[in-house]
Amino acid sequence: MNSTIVLMIIGMAIVTYIPRMLPFLVFKGKELPPFLQGVLKNVPYAVLGALIFPSILLIQEGNLMFGVVGTAAAFVIAFLGANVILVVVGAISVLSLYSVFLM
Amino acid sequence: MEALLSTKKVSDFRLGLQGGLSIAIGYMPVALTFGLLARTTGLTVTETVLMSMLVFAGAAQYISLSLIAVGTGIIEIILTTFIVNIRHFLMSASLSEKLEEDRLFKKLFYAFGITDETFTVISVKDGKVRTGFAVGVMLISYGSWVVNSGVGYFIGEILPEFLQASMTIALYAMFVGLLVPSMKKSVRVTFLAVVAGALNSILLFTTNLSNGWSIVLATLVSAVIVELVVMMKGGGRANE
Repeated sequence: MNSTIVLMIIGMAIVTYIPRMLPFLVFKGKELPPFLQGVLKNVPYAVLGALIFPSILLIQEGNLMFGVVGTAAAFVIAFLGANVILVVVGAISVLSLYSVFLM
Repeated sequence: MEALLSTKKVSDFRLGLQGGLSIAIGYMPVALTFGLLARTTGLTVTETVLMSMLVFAGAAQYISLSLIAVGTGIIEIILTTFIVNIRHFLMSASLSEKLEEDRLFKKLFYAFGITDETFTVISVKDGKVRTGFAVGVMLISYGSWVVNSGVGYFIGEILPEFLQASMTIALYAMFVGLLVPSMKKSVRVTFLAVVAGALNSILLFTTNLSNGWSIVLATLVSAVIVELVVMMKGGGRANE
C-alpha cells in the first residue's frame, strides 16, 4: 500500500464523517423552533426531487431517450402502487428490453 | 419482558435490512464500476476496499479517482471530498429530528452510514424511526458497497453490457418508488419534489455549481418556500 493514498483515504474519511455527525452533536436534546422543524421535515421530499431530476434523464450520455424510457417506466410502475423493489426491478427490466430490442 | 424487548429490536433491524435491499441492488453496478476504475487508476485492492469501508460515499470516491488520475494533490482531493459531501449535513439534521431519541454514541455510530440513499429510505417512513431500523438499512447498503467494490476490482464487468447500462436506473427508480406513494397522499410532497427538481435542473444547466451544492441549494429553497406557504395558509401541518 502506498502511504500517500492511505493518508488521502483517511483524510477523505474524516471530512466525510464530520457533516454526517455534526447535527447529532449540535441539535442534541434541543427543541428546535417550529419553523426549522417544519423545514427539516420537508427536506426528504425536496431532496428526492433534486436527486431524481435532472440526473434520471441523463443516465446514458448522449441518449436522452434511454433516460426518458427509464423515468416513464419507474413513475408508471410506482403510480400503479408497486413497492420500491418492484419499481427498481421493473425499471431495470423495461430498460433491458428496450436496449436489447429497440436500440 | 427482556425477551420481548429484544425480539422487537431484532424485528426493527430485520425490517431495516429489507428496507435497504433496493439500495443494496442499486449500489451493485455503481460499486462494481468503482472497483474496476480504481484498478485502472492504479490503486491496490486493499486501498480500494479501504476507501469504500472508510469513506462510504459514492460520488466523492469516483471524483477522487479522476483527481488521482490527473495527478491532483491529496489536500485538494480531501477538500473536494468535503465540498461534495457537505450536503449530508442537511440530511443528518433532518434525520436527527426523525429518529427516536437514543444514546449519543449510538447516534455518532450510525451517522457514519448516512448517504443520499439510506437517508431517503429512512426518512420517508411514517412517524419516529427506531435506531434498529436505521442500522439495518445502513448495514445492508454498506455491505453491498464494500463487497462489490472489492468484487469489481477483480472482475469488473461481471454483468453483461445491456444489464450494466439498464442497472444505472436502479437508484433513481428507488427514489421514484420512495417518492410516489407520498406524492399520492400529499400535495405538499408533490410541490416539494417538483420545485426542488426544477430548481436543481435550472442550477445545473445555467450555473457552474457542482452537483452537491446544487442539490443543497435546491433542497433548502424548496423546503423553506413550501414551509412559508404552509405557515401563511395557517396550519395544515402534515407529518407524512
